[in-house]
Amino acid sequence: MSYVQNTDRDRNEMLEAIGVSSLDELLEPIDESLRVHGLLDLGPPMSEAAVVSRCTELARRNRPAGVAVGFLGGGIYDRFIPAVVRYVLSRSEFYTSYTPYQAEVSQGTLQAIYEYQSMISRLTGMDAANASLYDGATSLAEAMLMACGIKRKGRILVPRALSQRIRMVLESYAAGKRIAVEEVPFSDDGTLDAASLAKRIDQETAAVVLAQPNYFGIIEPAGEIAALVHERGAMLIAYVDPISLGIIAPPGEYDADIVVGEGQQLGNAMNFGGPLLGFMATKKDYIRKCPGRLISATVDRDGRRGYVMTLQTREQHIRREKATSNICTNEGLCAVAAAVYLAALGDTGFRGLALQCAAKSRTLYRMLKETRGCSLAFGENFFQEFVVNITSPLGTFLAEAKSRGILAGIPLGNDFPELGEGALLVAVTERRTRVELERYRDVVRQAGGES
Amino acid sequence: MSTTIFEKGRDGRSGSFIPRNDCPLDDLDIPERRTLPLDLPCVAEQAIVRHYVELASKNYHIDKGMYPLGSCTMKYNPIVNEEIARLDGFAGLHPAQDEEDVQGALELIYELERALSEICGMEAFALQPAAGAHGELTGMMIARDYFRDRGESRTVVIVPDSAHGTNPASVAICGFTPRTIQSNERGLVDLGALREAVGGETAVLMLTLPNTLGLFERDIAAVIEIVHDAGALVYMDGANMNAMLGIVRPGTIGVDIMHVNLHKTFSTPHGGGGPGSGPVGVREALVDFLPVPRIVKKGGRYTLSHESEKSIGRVHPYFGNFNVFVKAFAYISSLGAAGLREVSENAILNANYLLAKIAKHYDITYSGPCMHEFVASGRNLKKYGVKTTDVAKRLLDYGLHAPTIYFPLIVEEALMIEPVETERKGDLDHFAGVMARIAEEARENPDLLHDAPHDTPVRRLDEAAAARSPDLCWPIELE
Repeated sequence: MSYVQNTDRDRNEMLEAIGVSSLDELLEPIDESLRVHGLLDLGPPMSEAAVVSRCTELARRNRPAGVAVGFLGGGIYDRFIPAVVRYVLSRSEFYTSYTPYQAEVSQGTLQAIYEYQSMISRLTGMDAANASLYDGATSLAEAMLMACGIKRKGRILVPRALSQRIRMVLESYAAGKRIAVEEVPFSDDGTLDAASLAKRIDQETAAVVLAQPNYFGIIEPAGEIAALVHERGAMLIAYVDPISLGIIAPPGEYDADIVVGEGQQLGNAMNFGGPLLGFMATKKDYIRKCPGRLISATVDRDGRRGYVMTLQTREQHIRREKATSNICTNEGLCAVAAAVYLAALGDTGFRGLALQCAAKSRTLYRMLKETRGCSLAFGENFFQEFVVNITSPLGTFLAEAKSRGILAGIPLGNDFPELGEGALLVAVTERRTRVELERYRDVVRQAGGES
Repeated sequence: MSTTIFEKGRDGRSGSFIPRNDCPLDDLDIPERRTLPLDLPCVAEQAIVRHYVELASKNYHIDKGMYPLGSCTMKYNPIVNEEIARLDGFAGLHPAQDEEDVQGALELIYELERALSEICGMEAFALQPAAGAHGELTGMMIARDYFRDRGESRTVVIVPDSAHGTNPASVAICGFTPRTIQSNERGLVDLGALREAVGGETAVLMLTLPNTLGLFERDIAAVIEIVHDAGALVYMDGANMNAMLGIVRPGTIGVDIMHVNLHKTFSTPHGGGGPGSGPVGVREALVDFLPVPRIVKKGGRYTLSHESEKSIGRVHPYFGNFNVFVKAFAYISSLGAAGLREVSENAILNANYLLAKIAKHYDITYSGPCMHEFVASGRNLKKYGVKTTDVAKRLLDYGLHAPTIYFPLIVEEALMIEPVETERKGDLDHFAGVMARIAEEARENPDLLHDAPHDTPVRRLDEAAAARSPDLCWPIELE
C-alpha cells in the first residue's frame, strides 16, 4: 500500500522545475558513505486487505477484558462508553487536526478543550484546569515539580498506598531535580497514618501527596489531612479518581493546592493502558506555574467570543529551559472524549454512576465477608475497589476464576508484601451485574472448600 | 460564535447511558461525601451531537486540506489504521491482564520496536514515552544514568540555537544544564563553535536531524566524531525522521540515543494535540538503561522482563500509548521497506519543488537543497508593513492552513514549510499560487493582510487580553 499521490509524470515535472535531473541530486548534502544501500529489512509492502488480516490475527490472540468478566482496576477501568463519545472522536475534524496554533481555524478544538477544562474544574472544585497531560502518573510528577518550584524545596511525601507504577514514574522525574520522595505508611484501617505524616513534614517538605481514594480503594479523611499539611506549611497535592468525585468531596472542598489524576475512565477505552489522560487543576494563584496548555476565552476583532491558547510564556516554545514543563503534544483527543462523556452523563448520570460503583462494590464486599476462603483487608470505607485476601494459593485461585470467565483482580503481594501473599485488588464498575458478583463469590467459596 | 455546552441545557433531559443498578443503594455508608454541586451540562444526545458537529465545522484538519506546518509532518492518516486500532482485541485490553491473555498485543509492541530499530539502525527501542518531548526526557534520563554508572560527572547538554524549545526544556527537567551553540552562516552546526563548547563536562549533544531549517548536517560525521572524542553522547531528535526513511539510519552513522514521533513520521493522527507517541532508541551500550519492563521473546512467547538493574525505571505507568502503536504498526506493515523509502523521497521532492516555487516570492536565507521542509522568510514584505503573521492569517482566508511561523528563532519572520509526501503536485501548485498572490496583495493592499482573516469562524483574537486575565473556566452556577 502507498499513500503517495505523485505520479511518475509529476515527479519528472517537479525535478525539472527544481532544476535537477534526479532525486539523487537532492540527496547531495548526505555523504554517500552515510546512506543506506539497498532496502531495509522490513519486508515488502502489503495490501490493505493483508494488513487487516495480519492485525486482526494479532488482535484475536488477545482476550479482551470485555469478553471476560473483569474486576481489574488499579487506575484503569472498564467502563461503558456511550456511542456518542466514539462518534465525536471518529470525526476527522477532531482527530486529524493539529494543535490549535492558528486559533481562527481551530475554534472547534479550542472550545471543546475549554469546555473540558471547565468540567474538570467543576469535578475537582478548583479554579482552573489545564488542557491535559500524558497520564495520571506523569501528572503527579508534574505536580511534584510544580510544588517544589513554588516552594523552592526538594522533598515530597507520598503515601505508601500509592500505585507502585506511579511511584516509579515519580522517582524517574524526581531524580533529575534531586527531589527526595519519601513514603508515609498506612494505618490498620488502610488510611494514611496521620501521626506518622505529622512527624515527617519538615522544613524541606514542599508537598504531601494525598491519593483519594488511595491505591487500596480507601477513602481518606481528606479534610483532616489537608489541615495537618497546611498547618505545617506544605502544599497538598490530591491525586483523585475522577469518577469518585461524583459522590466524594472534591479537593476544592478541602483546600488542596494542586489536583491531578487519571482520566482514562472518562470516555476512553482501556487500550492496554494507553493513551491515558492526565488531568491537572489548581488554584488561581498557581495558574501561572502550571505545566501544559491552557485555553482561554477571549474576543475577536469584531467582539465575538472565541478561544485561544494562553499564558504561553510558561511553555517550552517560548521559555525553553526555563519553561514550567517540557510538554508539547498532550492528550487532546482524550480530553475531548472526557468532555463528551461528562456532557452525556450530566449531573444526575454522573452522580448515579459513582453511586452505583459504590453500591456494587459494597455488595460484593459484603458477600465476600460472609464467605469462607477469603478475608477482607480493610473496612467498608472504600469507593469502588477493595483488598481481599484469598486464603488458598492465589495463582490457583486466579486460574480457576479465569477458567470460569472471571478476571478476579490485581495481585498485590509483590508490591505490598505487608498485605500478605493472597492480597488481591478488586474493582467493581457499573458494568458488573449482581449475577456476576455472585459468580465471583462462588469461585471464592469453592476455593475455600465450601460447596 | 457557538454557545457553550453549558448554555445548551442546564435543565434539559440527559440520556440514560449507564446500566441499571441491580444492587442495594441504601445503607452505603460512604464517608467524605460531596457537598459542592457538580454543575455539569444537562443535555440530550441530539444536542450533544449538534454541538460537536458545529464545533467540528470550525476546525481545519488534514482531511480538509494541506497542512504545511513545519516540523509537524502533517501527513494523511490512513482510515484503515483507525479501524484496526478500534478492534476490541486491542482497545478492550486492560494493561494488568496476564501475559498469556495479551500475547498478540505484546507481539505487536515487540515487532514495532524491532521495525523502528531496523529503520533507525538502533539496537533497541522502548515505546513508553507518550510524546516527542517525553521521548527527549527519557533519552536524557538514559544519558544521565549512563554517565552516573560510569562514575562520570557530566552536566552540560549542548543544543544548537535552531532547536525546538522542548529540547532545552527536557534537558533542564533532567537536571542537566543546556548550553546553546550558534549555527553557522549555512544554518548548520559550526564545527569550530562545537569544538570550543565540548569538554569534560559535556554529556550530550542534542541534535535535530535534519535540523529545523530542513537542512541535513553535511558535516554530521565530523560533528559526531567531535562529540564522541570528548566522551559524550549524541542524541538525535527524530521529529524530522520523515526525511530519512530508508536513506539514513541514525544509529549506523553514530547517533547514540534518539526518539521518533509516531504521530509524525508514522502517520498516526495528531488528535488536535495528542495523543502522540515518542519511542526512544539506543545503541548497544545503552540498552540496559532503557525503561522497564522490556518485552522479550522466549520460545515463541512474549513476556515482560524487569531484569535490568541499570534501567532508568518507568516513564509511563504501563506500556505507552498502545493505541497509537497499533496504527504505526499497521502503517509500517502496509508500506514495507520500499514504501517507507518512497515516503522520504517524495517528502524531499515535494519540499524542494515547493521551495523552488516559493523562492520566487519570499526570501530564502539558507540555500538548498532542503530535505523534507524548508524555511522561508517574510522579511521582504516588511517594507509594506506586512508581517509573517499577516501572511499566515491571509492563508486561512484561502482555505489553507498556515506554515509554522516565527520558528526557528534564528530566521527573521520565519515561515517554516513542510509539505509532506502525501500531498500531490497539484496541491503544492495551488499552495504556491496562493503564497504568490498573498505576496502581491502585500504590495498592493497591505490592509487586506492586516485585517485577515476575513472568512473564518472568528477573526483575529485578542491574545493579550486572554493573557492579562485568563478565562479558563465557564462560570459555575451555584445552586
